[in-house]
Amino acid sequence: MNNQAASMQAVPAEANAPLVEVRELHRVFDLSKRWLNRVLEGSGKVVLTAVDGVDMTIRRGETYALVGESGSGKSTIAKMVVGLLPPTSGTVHINGVDIWGERGARQRQMRRKIQMIFQDPFASLNPRWRVGSIVAEPIKAFGLIADAHDRQARVGELLSLVGLDPLDAGKFPHEFSGGQRQRIAIARALASEPEFIVCDEPTSALDVSVQAQVLNLLRDLQERLGLTYLFISHNLAVVRHMATRVGVLYLGRLVEEAPSRELFSEPKHPYTRMLLDAVPDIGMEGVEREPIAGEIPNPVNPPPGCHFNPRCPHVMEHCRTTVPPLCEVNQANVLCHLYEGGALARPYGI
Amino acid sequence: MSELTEVTAVRPGPGRRFLQSDLFYSFRRSPLTIASAVVSLILVLAALFAPLIAPQNPFDPASISIIDSFYPPAWSSEGQAGFLLGTDDQGRDVLSTILYGMRISLAVGFASVILAMVIGVTLGLIAGYVGGVTDAIIMRIADVQLTFPAILTALLIDGVARAIAGPHAYDQIVFFVLVLAIGLSFWVQYARTVRGSVLVEANKEYVLAARLIGLSPFTIMFRHVLPNVLGPVLVIATINLALAIITEATLSFLGVGVPPTQPSLGTLIRIGNDYLFSGEWWITIFPGITLAILALAVNLLGDWLRDALNPKLR
Amino acid sequence: MNPTLSVKNLRVEIPTRRGVLTAIDDLSFDIAPGEVLGVVGESGAGKSITGSAIIGLLDPPGRIASGEIRLGKERIDNLPPSAMRRIRGNRIGMIFQDPLTSLNPLYRIGEQLTETILTHERMSAKAAWEKAERLLIEVGIPAAGTRLSSYPHQFSGGMRQRVVIALALAADPELVIADEPTTALDVSVQAQIISLLKRLCKDRGTSVMLITHDMGVIAETADRVCVLYAGRLAEIGAVRDVVKHAQHPYSLGLMAAIPSLSGNPDEKLEQIPGSMPRLGAIPEGCAFNPRCTYAFERCRMERPAVYPAGASRASCFLHDLAGGQMPPTETLRRAEADGILLTAPAGEGGR
Repeated sequence: MNNQAASMQAVPAEANAPLVEVRELHRVFDLSKRWLNRVLEGSGKVVLTAVDGVDMTIRRGETYALVGESGSGKSTIAKMVVGLLPPTSGTVHINGVDIWGERGARQRQMRRKIQMIFQDPFASLNPRWRVGSIVAEPIKAFGLIADAHDRQARVGELLSLVGLDPLDAGKFPHEFSGGQRQRIAIARALASEPEFIVCDEPTSALDVSVQAQVLNLLRDLQERLGLTYLFISHNLAVVRHMATRVGVLYLGRLVEEAPSRELFSEPKHPYTRMLLDAVPDIGMEGVEREPIAGEIPNPVNPPPGCHFNPRCPHVMEHCRTTVPPLCEVNQANVLCHLYEGGALARPYGI
Repeated sequence: MSELTEVTAVRPGPGRRFLQSDLFYSFRRSPLTIASAVVSLILVLAALFAPLIAPQNPFDPASISIIDSFYPPAWSSEGQAGFLLGTDDQGRDVLSTILYGMRISLAVGFASVILAMVIGVTLGLIAGYVGGVTDAIIMRIADVQLTFPAILTALLIDGVARAIAGPHAYDQIVFFVLVLAIGLSFWVQYARTVRGSVLVEANKEYVLAARLIGLSPFTIMFRHVLPNVLGPVLVIATINLALAIITEATLSFLGVGVPPTQPSLGTLIRIGNDYLFSGEWWITIFPGITLAILALAVNLLGDWLRDALNPKLR
Repeated sequence: MNPTLSVKNLRVEIPTRRGVLTAIDDLSFDIAPGEVLGVVGESGAGKSITGSAIIGLLDPPGRIASGEIRLGKERIDNLPPSAMRRIRGNRIGMIFQDPLTSLNPLYRIGEQLTETILTHERMSAKAAWEKAERLLIEVGIPAAGTRLSSYPHQFSGGMRQRVVIALALAADPELVIADEPTTALDVSVQAQIISLLKRLCKDRGTSVMLITHDMGVIAETADRVCVLYAGRLAEIGAVRDVVKHAQHPYSLGLMAAIPSLSGNPDEKLEQIPGSMPRLGAIPEGCAFNPRCTYAFERCRMERPAVYPAGASRASCFLHDLAGGQMPPTETLRRAEADGILLTAPAGEGGR
């Protein structure tokens, strides 16, 4: 592992080189009651496998989107990738450095390159701090600019970069609307000069007209600063607009991964097809559709074999018993028995 | 750069911000709160400046005379004009003893509230933020503490201190013993409240953002979380101030508090209690009324603060 | 035919210490029998307040300051609380975002359903229980007979919302008000609930007022749509017209700002600059004028009424060119190019 990391670093940081590599990522949460209660009530251990063996490669300058419904594990992956939550097993390499294997200065140096934008702009800014201090905090924490005046100037610069007034530095978060707060959060994320930003549902708390502003801003910044995004969302239309590559999660497993265009024009996994069919869309007004039956099973006790088998219209006998293998179809990776043993690109003749 | 210096000039200062705040607005709208604030302020100022306004210094043996003992209040037929609220058994002016007594009561009250707050907030922050076994241990200790009535804890600490220090030295340290006794019996409420708020705050995304840039748990706790959980702490502190004053009075009344040579309100009530049935009612009634007014006013302030800071009751 | 619900010049005020805020300002609309009216707007536009005003559950100190609300022929905005309680549940069914707010966690589903049925209809307890079972079957709950004895927490989110729909329809109301009924649900479940609601109301001829911020849901569910902005009506019309040929600059911008599964993903989204004003800071004239790319002088001085605009109605002076001062020719050309159907020919704009 270390050898590989060392050789990875030797590769010059060119475009399209992998920036983030996630291998065999697992995360298990222990939901059991306390030991004493377990003994007294005779109940066993309860574990939830939130992330079940996820592999991802995010290339420099691209936007990798993770899509999934509740319980799919997308936020858990985000937290493990930025270093907020340790994985149960598996590795996350950024720029060839194992983020969970490093300590001290090297780890700090790497943390500076990773930032995150959160879902709720009302909870992500400390209400007691002025905007200027909020944006300046990462600069201070990483010791990027020692001089207080230069730091203030940099804060003003960052605020203009995200479309706010440098004078806003003196205000408190409650004086701003949701969209403006999200801009402040973006300015804070940019303050440590990161290369990689994880956007966890960055617009799902915003109104549509403001959502467009924030999405456009994120795309602008990506072009200007050469950023790489991991973009997490449950909104497929937003993902289609933002992503270059998309991973679809279902109960902790990556069931399909493909370049954005291919995924939306030619979805392969039955779950992806179902999701795309289910999204209410303004382009589909008046269309009668047959909604897919069933709900997401309890992630504590997922169905054996392929997790999607109880809802799948194409379910086969072995889907209920064996976990499907990863199949390569065109440029997509699909976790489905339908594609086993050869590229059956359109298995059910649509 | 220049525009950033302008920022400070444009923003209203903290004083004006307070005058425009919702807190001040709800204060202005409640006559009862204004009254209790005024009463509290007068009493605190009177206690603070007791040496300047009191007719005599009741602790100075030179200024008191046993001959003046048991004068009733000035307005009764046997009263003396010099002793507005009468005198006690040693000839001390009751008004003066009340003013000086209030000093001690308030000093013990404030000091013990601060002690309880420091202990409670720190333990609550640690319990809430660190969690796990640390949390379990701190909160179980709090649970045990809670099963003892505050007065019992205070009596226990007082008794231990008395046994260790001996009667003479005890008089010297009695103030600190009282503060410790009352402070230790009130910290649980702070710890529980702070822990609860920390559990809510620590999951908010601004704390995640702070963790992301590698800040230490200590920095996050005190710089990010603490300012956001102080509201409820302030409310408890105010209400506890009234409780602490009453607890001190109770201890002194029971004879385990400050000695009669340096009487607090509670001590005064106890001394006067001996004479209540022989007709010298003023010695105990006036300190009693003062204590009741002080505790009530502070308590009303605390109630208002609780309601004003609670968005659900607005 | 008489409308099921008719709202006329509704004005809702919220007195605060900094003055009286107008949350809803001069709002009028009708819902025909069997029609689904979608009410869209951003947070703070007043969509939920409109719903609360209709069912008489405005959060104090909010109050209806003027205007009238009629359910059928009866005026319901000035009824005493006891009379309003009888109307809620009986004549107006309600579905909220969080199904748990409409269900009492301490009672079995069957008890809650029969209670509602019995307040509405005289029948035996047994008959009511049977009707409750039929309702559960209708909303697609498997093993309805045994599920009647379950408590709300024993249902999944989607199933709970189905129970709420059953509850809302239990008394055969004339109108159902659904406030963000699918927002808390997962995408795959959302579609099921929408189609269920649509089908049931169609079968019974129940009118629906569907409040949501999701244009996609409106586009697939509603017959007509009413777009609110800062507590005022921006545009009202048939869904097809508003989605494809919006006539108010705000709804036009809104439709273009929504990322879609059709459309070209490489193009930037259209964006409306700024954000909706807070209630205390609504600008003079048209509330939308500071963000509007077609705004001209009249928009800053005067408040537009609601004018016929193409197949819909919109509160925008571009649709009242005969009634006053003209905008610059360039603005008219641009508006026309963007699909706004002007009342006067654009060529006359220069005068």
